[in-house]
Amino acid sequence: MKKLSARRRHPLAAVVVLLFALAVTGGLYAAFAPADTAKADDTAQSLAIEEGKKLYSVGCASCHGTGGQGTSDGPSLVGVGSAAVDFQVATGRMPLQQQGAQAPRKKTVYTQAEIDQLAAYIASLGAGPVAPTKSQYSPDGADIAKGGELFRTNCAQCHNFTGKGGALSNGKYAPTLEGVNPKHIYEAMQTGPQNMPSFPDTTMSEKNKKDIIAYLDTVNSDKTKSPGGLELGGLGPVSEGLFAWIFGLGALVAVAIWVAAHTAKAKKS
Amino acid sequence: MSTATHSSRKAPAGERVADWADGRLGIYSLAKVNMRKIFPDHWSFMLGEVCLYSFVIIILTGVYLTMFFHPSMNEVVYHGTYEPLQGVHMSEAFKSTLDISFDVRGGLLIRQIHHWAALIFLAGMFVHMMRVFFTGAFRKPREVNWLFGFLLFVLGMFTGFTGYSLPDDLLSGTGVRFMEGAILSVPIIGTYISMFLFGGEFPGSDFVPRFFSIHVLLLPGIMLGLLVAHLILVFYHKHTQFPGPGRKNENVVGMPLLPVYMAKAGGFFFLVFGVIAAIAAIATINPIWAMGPYRPDQVSTGAQPDWYMGFAEGLIRVMPGWEINVWGHTFVLGVFIPLVIFPLVLGAIAVYPFIESWVTGDKREHHLLDRPRNAPTRTAFGAAWIAAYFVMLVGGGNDLWATHFHLSINAITWFVRVGFFVIPVLTFIATRRICMGLQRRDRDKVLHGRESGIIKRLPHGEFVEVHEPLSQDQLHTLTAHEQPKPLELEPEVDENGVARKIGATQKLRVKLSKGFYGEGTQIPKATAEEYQEITSGHGHH
Repeated sequence: MKKLSARRRHPLAAVVVLLFALAVTGGLYAAFAPADTAKADDTAQSLAIEEGKKLYSVGCASCHGTGGQGTSDGPSLVGVGSAAVDFQVATGRMPLQQQGAQAPRKKTVYTQAEIDQLAAYIASLGAGPVAPTKSQYSPDGADIAKGGELFRTNCAQCHNFTGKGGALSNGKYAPTLEGVNPKHIYEAMQTGPQNMPSFPDTTMSEKNKKDIIAYLDTVNSDKTKSPGGLELGGLGPVSEGLFAWIFGLGALVAVAIWVAAHTAKAKKS
Repeated sequence: MSTATHSSRKAPAGERVADWADGRLGIYSLAKVNMRKIFPDHWSFMLGEVCLYSFVIIILTGVYLTMFFHPSMNEVVYHGTYEPLQGVHMSEAFKSTLDISFDVRGGLLIRQIHHWAALIFLAGMFVHMMRVFFTGAFRKPREVNWLFGFLLFVLGMFTGFTGYSLPDDLLSGTGVRFMEGAILSVPIIGTYISMFLFGGEFPGSDFVPRFFSIHVLLLPGIMLGLLVAHLILVFYHKHTQFPGPGRKNENVVGMPLLPVYMAKAGGFFFLVFGVIAAIAAIATINPIWAMGPYRPDQVSTGAQPDWYMGFAEGLIRVMPGWEINVWGHTFVLGVFIPLVIFPLVLGAIAVYPFIESWVTGDKREHHLLDRPRNAPTRTAFGAAWIAAYFVMLVGGGNDLWATHFHLSINAITWFVRVGFFVIPVLTFIATRRICMGLQRRDRDKVLHGRESGIIKRLPHGEFVEVHEPLSQDQLHTLTAHEQPKPLELEPEVDENGVARKIGATQKLRVKLSKGFYGEGTQIPKATAEEYQEITSGHGHH
């Protein structure tokens, strides 16, 4: 105490006291006003919304309208939620290259940070499905067989047995699910992009979505084993028939020509 | 010819065995006749062998599969090796197919050989049939054998279909449902047949065991009988041959069955087996584990039958969904009309030989083959039939054409609807013209020789191309065919001035004959006189 008292006239003492006072005040403030902490997060959120709005004005507004209200060229984005934005933009479907039967998957234009900002802005326009967290969509610990049954009941009629894709009317199609990020599969089920019906949690629980993702991860990914050899696209009998004609019968005709060309020499008698 | 002499020499063991067998089976006289049987050499004559050998392979592998397959629709829960189906309810048929694929030694390879061989068997029969068709090998005396072959193809289609349905997977179950729908569309008796076939409401629990009996017993039994008859007739008629020097309608130029063809055919069997086994080892076919067990409430896109049923699928896919409702009954024309067209498409090619022989009135035997160009109407008809068949195959795979060529499935469906009527006609016209062009070329080759590609400059500066005259053999081959004349209507009054009645069928026959052989259907082949005139120096260039 003596030391402290001896230095009370030190030129920096006032600064120390000030810092101490600030720390105490801040600490007390933090302890007694938790609502204000949330307010601090909101600031970050509002920043993201601000940034997202800027990105939106540049990249999206021409079709979806300046306030996301939609135009004749693009639907309203009010209430689509951050999951829809993350799916559409992170798979490269948006921004749209050209109007057509369907937006194809292509190279992603925005970084994930920018996509999150865009998502924050769109989510601020009205409540909608929220982009999932890793624990929601990760295939770990899910029931693969159950996922297979769910997939065949709900998805295979458009996406094929193992998600190789298929045709829909008038040039539309169900895309292949090969190499699609589990997060985006989850978001597609949540939001029902383009021609796909949506499967909200009330229809298909979070666990069931996870089962489906686990099934696809087993039968249609880099990890998939093909016990019978070449998969031939996994498309069923059409590609098998083509293969049988070209490589099966083709090879046999070649062999027949070879055998016929090597004939015994007739003995001159 | 067993010798009953008591000579001091003891015959070698082989001879004694042969004598023993001959005394009971008469093998000496059989061998004497057949060992020196002559067969002509051409690769396309081996297409039938491809079919025969793949049929043998199918039977061999099929026997192995029956040892492990349970043709039962009892519901079981899977606890086998394949993880994504563990705990799933399925029929015993599906489970045993999974076990064959994953737990039986060599099971998956044998399954794949069986299925690939089936696809190749049908493709082989198709091509073999087309070879016989385009070369006119179906003409007298081989019309019955043509029908045997056609029946083998049709039975092969249904044997394949029933086999494809046995594993009771989601893909084949969809196919069986498709078939049930076609049966149901038959007015009045459809429901009865369906109830009888499935032992009640679809799918019931009877169809797998029933299809099993049909697939392993009934149809292969009939096919085996037809196949033997088919081969006996080939032996009896002797093989046809392409025209060439020394080859006449009365002889067969080629090699003897023993030893040449025995060695060749025996070796070819192993080559066929080898190619099919290699394909089965390389490429997956019908991965039922990926499709899952059949449940009537599930379906997948891309649900097609194996290729030989693809044109039937196409007929259904492109047919507008017409329906008539009368007196509380629904007539599903959208399914029933394709069901009627299905046998008509197949039948069109089967009856052609009889139409041709009726139109031409040709009752002679033919053992020399036609070159397709020398029978332009027949060739054009065959090409048109293939075109119709192929258009329907496109219809059957319309979804995959759409996704892989980035087209609208609706546009493809409309293309097929129009194309089914238009494309065969265009193909007919184009093929006939191509045949005539080739005939013109043959005529030109005979009269002016082969273009040698050598340009010669004459002393006065003119350039001419040197044509090489054909050899005598080539000249014979190019001019050996006969060019039939169209039938003429008999005069309306006979030699006594009495009016004669000419029937409508006779008029039709003459009209068709004109269409086959009349004006603008063939180029007159080069005659000896024309050849003499040109080669004697006048007008040679």
